[in-house]
Amino acid sequence: MDRGILLRTSLFITCYNDTLFPGTGKAVVRVLERLGHTVEFPRGQTCCGQMHYNTGYQAEAAPLLERFVTQFQDAEAVVIPSSSCVAMMRDHYPKMAARMGKPDLVTGVERLLPRVFEFSEFLTKRLGLEDVGAYYPRRVTYHASCHGLRNLSLGDGPMRLLKAVRGIELVELAGLAECCGFGGTFAVKNADVSGAMLAEKTAAVLDTKAEVCTACDNSCLMHIQGALHRQKTGVKTLHLAEILAGEEGAGS
Amino acid sequence: MSGTALDPKTAPAFPIAARAAMKDSQLQRNVHHATQVIQTKRARVVAEMADWQELREAGEHIRRHTMEHLDFYLQEFEVNCARAGGIVHWATDAEEARQIVVGLVKASGSDEVIKIKSMTTEEIALNQALESEDIHPFETDLAELIIQLGRDQPSHIVVPALHKNRKQIKEIFQREMHLADLGDRPEDLADAARSFLREKFLHVRTGVSGANFLIAETGGVCVVESEGNGRMCLTLPETLITIAGIDKILPRFEDLEVMLQLLPRSATGERMNPYNSVWTGVHAGDGPQTFHVVLLDNGRTGILADWESRQTLHCIRCAACQNACPVYRQTGGHAYGSVYAGPIGAILTPQLQEMHYAQSLPYASSLCGACYEVCPVKINIPEVLIHLRQKVVEQNAAQVSSSFDIEALGMKAMAVTFRNERRFRAAQRMGRAAAKLLPRKDGWITWLPGMLGGWTQMRDLEEMPQETFRDWWQKREKDDR
Ligand code: SF4
Repeated sequence: MDRGILLRTSLFITCYNDTLFPGTGKAVVRVLERLGHTVEFPRGQTCCGQMHYNTGYQAEAAPLLERFVTQFQDAEAVVIPSSSCVAMMRDHYPKMAARMGKPDLVTGVERLLPRVFEFSEFLTKRLGLEDVGAYYPRRVTYHASCHGLRNLSLGDGPMRLLKAVRGIELVELAGLAECCGFGGTFAVKNADVSGAMLAEKTAAVLDTKAEVCTACDNSCLMHIQGALHRQKTGVKTLHLAEILAGEEGAGS
Repeated sequence: MSGTALDPKTAPAFPIAARAAMKDSQLQRNVHHATQVIQTKRARVVAEMADWQELREAGEHIRRHTMEHLDFYLQEFEVNCARAGGIVHWATDAEEARQIVVGLVKASGSDEVIKIKSMTTEEIALNQALESEDIHPFETDLAELIIQLGRDQPSHIVVPALHKNRKQIKEIFQREMHLADLGDRPEDLADAARSFLREKFLHVRTGVSGANFLIAETGGVCVVESEGNGRMCLTLPETLITIAGIDKILPRFEDLEVMLQLLPRSATGERMNPYNSVWTGVHAGDGPQTFHVVLLDNGRTGILADWESRQTLHCIRCAACQNACPVYRQTGGHAYGSVYAGPIGAILTPQLQEMHYAQSLPYASSLCGACYEVCPVKINIPEVLIHLRQKVVEQNAAQVSSSFDIEALGMKAMAVTFRNERRFRAAQRMGRAAAKLLPRKDGWITWLPGMLGGWTQMRDLEEMPQETFRDWWQKREKDDR
């Protein structure tokens, strides 16, 4: 933990945030710069390979691992606003690299991974922060994505960040450890089961009477938001970074 | 008569079976309720163990070590079991195991057997094989009795009748035991089963059991249970036949210290099983005088040979992963088309079929990791699921029809796109253009074509933003300059 130190951070936006949730990326930049850190964006970055790997297309995921290492090997800290992508890297990159039989890549992964952080984890564990100077006057509930909860052990980090937000009214979500049913291609391959799990999650979200449901992973949120919109509930989902980017007078 | 056994070779794909199962709201309520009750009990007794994580690690270590030296320990078991008076048989597959057991029962001179709950005998559809030879098997475990009398199939490895509630069980008992005015309190049902079974215990001369553990060092066999019916089957008959997968081996008697702490807490939320039986061979004038053990492979050496999924064999069948699984809780066990349901079933079943069948099972998971978290021997089920998905993809690719595999084509095209930043940008632009062709309402897409239609079954999709993050970043950099 380095309280007070200023870092040169490299943002890995992830392919789906880049395309579908640019607002999350902007919010990450906003928060990091407000805290005094510099943000870089290596241009050649694309995708971590998670979807391919998890669906069984390991051969297709391998070049993406190589690409990530090349793009980010010199970073002081890599910040990623997606818990599942970070979990993919931590859980699978080392053995993928070993399997590819490239010793340089194995060392590259080994050296790089300790500098890779999920966004909330970067704030709480690397920087030791809770209050990042945010203001967000809404009723909010937090969904702990499985990968954040189990693979990354984010624990109460995101909740502590949220508690420190001024103006926020934070309500706890019942069944916090329950999966929302997204699971990548699971959502389309097993649409019925995924939908039933989702229905339980949206019911829990609605029970909180929150205006906004947040998380550290837009993939879960896209899935939850999809149903909340279909059900015409008016409840929004928003990545944690976008709440932490909120500022007084910004009219969030 | 037993119902038709669950057979992965003929079962429908999981998504189809799951959809059908989820229409049964009574089943869903039963499964939800039962798994909730067991999970709560488990959580309580696990929380009182300060060294639970160390215990899990010890369990994992014992299991890994055993699998690494399985050939050695199996032979050690055979020698020690035989020395104590047991007779060991080896069965390569289900068919051979059935033949051996049917032959042994016939040789025992009985046309009836009393059975202890055993998933391994379910795996090989033993009851159906016995019945076709006019041998009557009587299940003595309460849940298995419910299944047998209801001509049903097990849906859970520890509580096979978990999908039935008390009222449904009462109806089965009333009908099959001819008890007109039976109540539905647990004690009413247990009483009915007790009187029904007592007579069988007293006169049936041949018993069939599974095993929780085979102890190599002593040649002993261990069975744990809650009801005491198993103890009756192990002691009263003249002939006892035990069927066990080769994965049930433990090296030393001492290893039970770890396993008998992990198993009951994980399985039923008890600190200790009410009945723990360990027997070794035969003893003159005490218990069965003829004792056979049938060691079953049925695909297990194939799993052992795959070092990435070998951990599947570490399983001690506690069902904690089933209770914790949000997919299992929605569908119940039958949707998995195999006696092994839930996360363990999703990894075990396709491998027992040498990956020829049940290929939808590795995808029957959101990879949430709840199974791994509770597994007492730390089997990383998500990791094995992903490994098996890779096998499925590879097998499909090897087939001629693979050139028409839309998923594979899409995945490959995307992977190529991601290998180059310019191509990725172009694809983002194309995606935006293509999305304009879809039906939309106030900035939301309400319908998607083909496979993706699963998404819009109950969700909308927000339209793609006009500007990607990287476009925004590039502009910002230009403005800064
Ligand atoms: S995989 Fe683990 S949790 Fe599941 S039944 Fe086996 S031992 Fe129990």
